[in-house]
Amino acid sequence: MPRYAGNVDAVRSLVCETEVHRDIYVDEEVFQLEMEHLFANTWVYVGHDSQTPNSGDFYGTMIGTQPVLMVRHTDGNVKVLYNRCPHKGTRITGETHGNTGKFFRCPYHAWSFNTDGSLIALPLKNGYENTGFEASHAAQGMTAVRHVRNYRGFVFAKLNDGGATFEEFFGESLSSLDNMVDRSPAGRLEVAGGVLRYVHNCNWKMLVENQTDTCHPMVAHASSAGTAVAVWNKAPPGASKPMAVEIFAPFMSPYEFFENMGIRVWDNGHGHTGVHSSIHANYSAVPGYFEKMAAAYGEIRAKAILDENRHNTVYFPNLMVKGPIQLLRLFKPISANRTLVESWTFRLVDAPDVLLERTLMYNRLINAPTSVVGHDDLEMYERAQEGLRSNGNAWVNVQRLYRPGEAGEVNAVTNGTTEWQMRNQFRAWAKFMTMSM
Amino acid sequence: MISAVPTNQELIDFVYHEARLIDQHRFEEWLALFCEDGRYWMPLEWGQTDPRLTCSLMDEDKLLLTIRVERLKGNRTFSQKPKSRCHHVLQAPQIDSSDEAANAYVTWTPMHYIETRLDEQMLFAAWATHTLTVDDGRLMIKMKRVDLVNCDAAFGSIQLFM
Repeated sequence: MPRYAGNVDAVRSLVCETEVHRDIYVDEEVFQLEMEHLFANTWVYVGHDSQTPNSGDFYGTMIGTQPVLMVRHTDGNVKVLYNRCPHKGTRITGETHGNTGKFFRCPYHAWSFNTDGSLIALPLKNGYENTGFEASHAAQGMTAVRHVRNYRGFVFAKLNDGGATFEEFFGESLSSLDNMVDRSPAGRLEVAGGVLRYVHNCNWKMLVENQTDTCHPMVAHASSAGTAVAVWNKAPPGASKPMAVEIFAPFMSPYEFFENMGIRVWDNGHGHTGVHSSIHANYSAVPGYFEKMAAAYGEIRAKAILDENRHNTVYFPNLMVKGPIQLLRLFKPISANRTLVESWTFRLVDAPDVLLERTLMYNRLINAPTSVVGHDDLEMYERAQEGLRSNGNAWVNVQRLYRPGEAGEVNAVTNGTTEWQMRNQFRAWAKFMTMSM
Repeated sequence: MISAVPTNQELIDFVYHEARLIDQHRFEEWLALFCEDGRYWMPLEWGQTDPRLTCSLMDEDKLLLTIRVERLKGNRTFSQKPKSRCHHVLQAPQIDSSDEAANAYVTWTPMHYIETRLDEQMLFAAWATHTLTVDDGRLMIKMKRVDLVNCDAAFGSIQLFM
């Protein structure tokens, strides 16, 4: 018996001002509604256009639980198509990446399609004469996602016709993507280094919340970052600090550091930590990089770009980017209690290789299934997914530094240990869940 | 003590011993098998050649290995409460090269590795490539490379050493 489908009031009642109901994390019906509504009414990250540089290049991925293809069309634009043959439903591509040439050809019955999805030809076509085939679903070809936007290389798509325009949805939050791109002297990024894929037996929103949870690093990561600091402290005096220690050590910063780094809260569930400083602020300078930036932008602008040290920017619903180290994490929902975390890295075109080396080391040390920091976090998420089954308390608290009336404020900057950004996400969750019910 | 030039049997015995130390959680003894500039490398890509500008699952120098070993013992290492256990099944190591002049000996060992914690048990298939050297009468690890047959698959947490 469905409890939430078509019941706007029941869905809204899951999100209160300062707490949310556990069904948001554990209930399969709520999860299915998220896939049907939330992931269709919002602009969801698909991929980066450097993954499909040439005509016919494709990349297969998911929007929510919908299999899609991102493809470079013959006109040079990136298209997003639902990845199924309109004939029998066969997934058109087997490999994640590839080049299909000028058209897709289904491997089952050889129906072929342009890279915008339109049907070109099918064998024994006379078998469809006088059958009314032209009016069939199949004759429409591979269904294209109508709302696709390539923002400076980042490709987003919205499955439903309703919801906000791209600009309304993201507003000022696009400044974090801008900063990441601007860090390239050429103003361009390329996906590089491979993707880390880490299965989490927990709800996808636990990961999204964790991105702006600044009260956990010094606790949950004492085992990894704390041990790294302790081991390094035994090094002989004068030894030069390795890149790995530079990456680990800031996780152990005290509460005051995180309070002072600040959080900015945007509309529609977006927000970021690291307004004034961040754990990425004190990495060693890379020789030759500033000179290239100054040559490209002028010294003043180059300095302004590099002085921005945003920590984690959440793009609601399921994306996080780290501009200062050119890293992107996508939290792909599989079921209420299962999530695939993909961690992608980028090369700053025309910048020294050492920057990519540091980005890759960060990704490996923090986000890999073999990462000790990752182990710390996943243990907490999985315990929460288990603990929420308890009937002792049906609510999760997100009250820290709450102020009545905050929901009306946009583009606010506040204390870095607030849970306002989590509340912001849940307000957006309720909005985009119910707008098409 | 082993001779200045190790016999094939000594190389093979070393590889078996190394796996045994991991299975028995004798991590400090295991760590002591690595040269000061030794590395443990688990590529992310099939046939990966570059550990620097291509990401790896693990690419650990002795400092990072030490951090891992210390962390496994830590009182606040909650992902090891309870602790993981592991089990190696090795095929007989094959000697790929013995270069006395360079003091470098390379072995290749297909293996199955099981890691378990609570009710979960994971099975991995991999090839271990050891580059060993003789230092002060002991065989030491210059490089242990572990190539998973499914290196690019999505995994849950892998917490110990293969």
